[in-house]
Amino acid sequence: MRLSRLGVPLYLLLSLVPVYWLVGMSLKTNEEILGGFTLIPREPTLANYAVIFTDPSWNQGYINSLTYVGINTVLSVLLALPAAYAFSRYRFLGDTHLFFWLLSNRMAPPAVFLLPFFQLYSSIGLFDTPWAVAMAHMLFTVPLAVWILEGFMSGVPREIDETAFIDGYSFPRFFVRIFLPLVRSGVGVTAFFCFMFSWVELLLARTLTSVDTKPIAATMTRTVSAAGMDWGVLAAAGVITLVPGAIVIYFVRNYIAKGFALGRV
Amino acid sequence: MDKPTNNRAWLLVVPVLLVVAFSAVIPLMTVVNYSVQDILGPEQHVFVGTEWFRKMLRDPELHGALRRQLGYSLAVLVIEIPLGIGLALMLPMRGRAASLSLVVLALPLLIPWNVVGTIWQIFARGDIGLLGVAVNKLGLDYNYTADALDAWLTVLVMDVWHWTPLVALLCYAGLRAIPEPFYQAARIDGASAWATFRYIQLPRLRGVLTIAVLLRFMDSFMIYTEPFVLTGGGPGNATTFLSQYLTRLAVGQFDLGPAAAFSLVYFLVVLLFSYIFYTAMTQAGRSEAR
Amino acid sequence: MARIELRGVAHAYVPSPASDKDWALRPLELVWQDGGAYALLGPSGCGKTTLLNIISGLLRPTRGQVLINGVDVTAAPPQARNIAQVFQFPVIYDTMTVAENLAFPLRNRGVSRAETQARVEEVASLLELTGDLKLRASGLSADMRQRISLGRGLVRKDVAAILLDEPLTVIDPHVKWLLRRKLKQVHESLKVTLVYVTHDQVEALTLADQVVVMNLGRVVQAGTPQELFERPADTFVGYFIGSPGMNLLPCMVEEGAAVVEGQKIALPPEVCASAKKGGGELRLGIRPEFLRRVAEGTPSAVRVEVSQVEDLGRYRIATARLGQQVVKVRLPEEERVVAGESCWLEFPAQRTTLYVDGRAVT
Repeated sequence: MRLSRLGVPLYLLLSLVPVYWLVGMSLKTNEEILGGFTLIPREPTLANYAVIFTDPSWNQGYINSLTYVGINTVLSVLLALPAAYAFSRYRFLGDTHLFFWLLSNRMAPPAVFLLPFFQLYSSIGLFDTPWAVAMAHMLFTVPLAVWILEGFMSGVPREIDETAFIDGYSFPRFFVRIFLPLVRSGVGVTAFFCFMFSWVELLLARTLTSVDTKPIAATMTRTVSAAGMDWGVLAAAGVITLVPGAIVIYFVRNYIAKGFALGRV
Repeated sequence: MDKPTNNRAWLLVVPVLLVVAFSAVIPLMTVVNYSVQDILGPEQHVFVGTEWFRKMLRDPELHGALRRQLGYSLAVLVIEIPLGIGLALMLPMRGRAASLSLVVLALPLLIPWNVVGTIWQIFARGDIGLLGVAVNKLGLDYNYTADALDAWLTVLVMDVWHWTPLVALLCYAGLRAIPEPFYQAARIDGASAWATFRYIQLPRLRGVLTIAVLLRFMDSFMIYTEPFVLTGGGPGNATTFLSQYLTRLAVGQFDLGPAAAFSLVYFLVVLLFSYIFYTAMTQAGRSEAR
Repeated sequence: MARIELRGVAHAYVPSPASDKDWALRPLELVWQDGGAYALLGPSGCGKTTLLNIISGLLRPTRGQVLINGVDVTAAPPQARNIAQVFQFPVIYDTMTVAENLAFPLRNRGVSRAETQARVEEVASLLELTGDLKLRASGLSADMRQRISLGRGLVRKDVAAILLDEPLTVIDPHVKWLLRRKLKQVHESLKVTLVYVTHDQVEALTLADQVVVMNLGRVVQAGTPQELFERPADTFVGYFIGSPGMNLLPCMVEEGAAVVEGQKIALPPEVCASAKKGGGELRLGIRPEFLRRVAEGTPSAVRVEVSQVEDLGRYRIATARLGQQVVKVRLPEEERVVAGESCWLEFPAQRTTLYVDGRAVT
């Protein structure tokens, strides 16, 4: 299996090159970025990071973003779990149509939703709160969560459910203690994707917030100054947004990698 | 395995239904509303019926964008799905190597999309970017701002770099969910690695693969930010895909009526193709089962 | 047909086992003869699946050797060991037909088409699958799928032993006995060594010639079902086997008798002497089936107060109190006994065992 030994490290290495480039850009001045090709920053500078960190709204923006992303991830997974179980285990009126309809909500470019969402959340007074962004994002992440979880749940033999019920488990207890551990990798990957899609979504996040809940998206898109595009600052912002995501995937890695454990006898 | 019919299962689904419908129905109604009107001002709406739709069907620019879009999405699927599966098969299964690999693998997914476009905008430049300089040093004449093919390839490579981890992560999780006894039985049966893949892993990956294909198709069909930031749609029209065409209509000309009409049609096109993919992939599963 | 030997086999799942707890399997020695049916019986977590996987080669033991027909196979992979394994959940290849499933192990070994065909038909008829050979393997009932799993094991001519890991777990209760009967039939006609892992004593005792009882990674006792029932060498065996399990009463020992809650029960003097010498916790064991009800006033009778009577058709189980201790007696249906009344029981000496620290005194 020589290919497998080489293939993955090679791919990962290649994949890291643009990331390296990003970090490099964040440490260069705009002049250096645009002036010529330098593999390693000639005069590494933290000025770009300074611009971001001295912006008082930055830290708050970070927290704001993490708030709505957190709400979205938790709620999406919680709501999707019972629904996915229903789709995977039972047949009911309209089930295949409902299943497909759920995903169809992801089939229009988010730009389409900007104005209607703006009007909707303003009218119910949730404008400029993390809830508005979280709920708007849930339109896209909940169907995804249901779909992914359903796939994993269908892979669990129904015999396990039946054995548990015969053994006297109540449904909640069975679900939490027996079933969930078996779809661990699905839950892990679902949580990560909900986090990811919500974290990088800038358009809706920016539209549905103004002052109170300004997310990092605002800083992201404010990098055009009089002199033109502020490449360095944008790159620095990009590097900083990588951090929470990397932490999240580190946390869920065990869920993703562990998979199906029948227990040892 | 057949599933018992139980209409009480609706109770489990209701929360999801409420949340999604709440966010979906109202915008949908708004869009449908606008699509049949000419919006001259905040209070001036004129009903125009299907005029926008008819105009759209006759627009040659739309046809061009659609053709390019289809080509793009097809290329994306053909590259990213097998690559993702291959990666998932080869990734380490446990230990520190697995943790490290997963984190590194996921990094491209976590970069805001406009930053992705920005990175590649500089990265692929023949004069100041690592990739551009390297390719030109190899003797190839590479300029993505001037040459249409180069632009296409660059956008494609950017997409592959950005989104293949999604497919790989899904498949990786799917592979981990296969119970150990299946692999054990295959070893006892003397199955080769290829047979194990074909008869155990691939069938059981069908669920995640359906999701991966649908997701990648939909997202690539609606792609906007990354190519827009990278090439602005150029050179000329070479990398102007459908979403950019829509935005130009809605934002550039600020014409809500046609934009709404186009959104509807866009949605229906994606719906149609997704339905085709979905049916094809679930039927493939069902025909193997019976 | 194979003789399976385990010498000094022990296994730990952690890389550097430190304490006793880290060992899933303590060092054990076992010999299983050609063509016999053996059961590995024990509660969840006792190490029986670990042991099974070591025999089949899916797991390499931390210590010790595995020999099949005298050949050391400890390092050999499963495909080289001529064993077949059936798992708890039916493992079949969904995308193939039943016939293709059965043919799979042979095709992988390069067996000719004609011979494969012949073997598949032979095994199919043995397992009553002949009519279903053309069906797609998914969507079939659990019991059929387990038969296919078993069939894949039997289809190889060189199979020396079949290892089964709780194969009836997912089978419908009213179909279980069908599969059990099938297994016995297969065993009798093919004379393959059968090793059957289960936590269900009924399965173990009905299927196996010899039962190995395990607990906490140790082999507690190995013997025929009868030996295990009549002469349990360990309190664990006594309590685990039998329904209800053996009565185990804390006691003290005097000359020629054990004393439980002040009442004397006669025992052979040598037994009492050994027990006294040993020191340690003393328990008196007797199965509910062997306690006999006698008339009041019989010498050596022990008085108990009946607290509950369960009528199970052809016999009754009476739960009684001997001082602070609970004693269960199995009485034939003719015996009239009511809760609340007193009753006298005799402890036949040859059926009563004294246990010191859990091990029987002989």
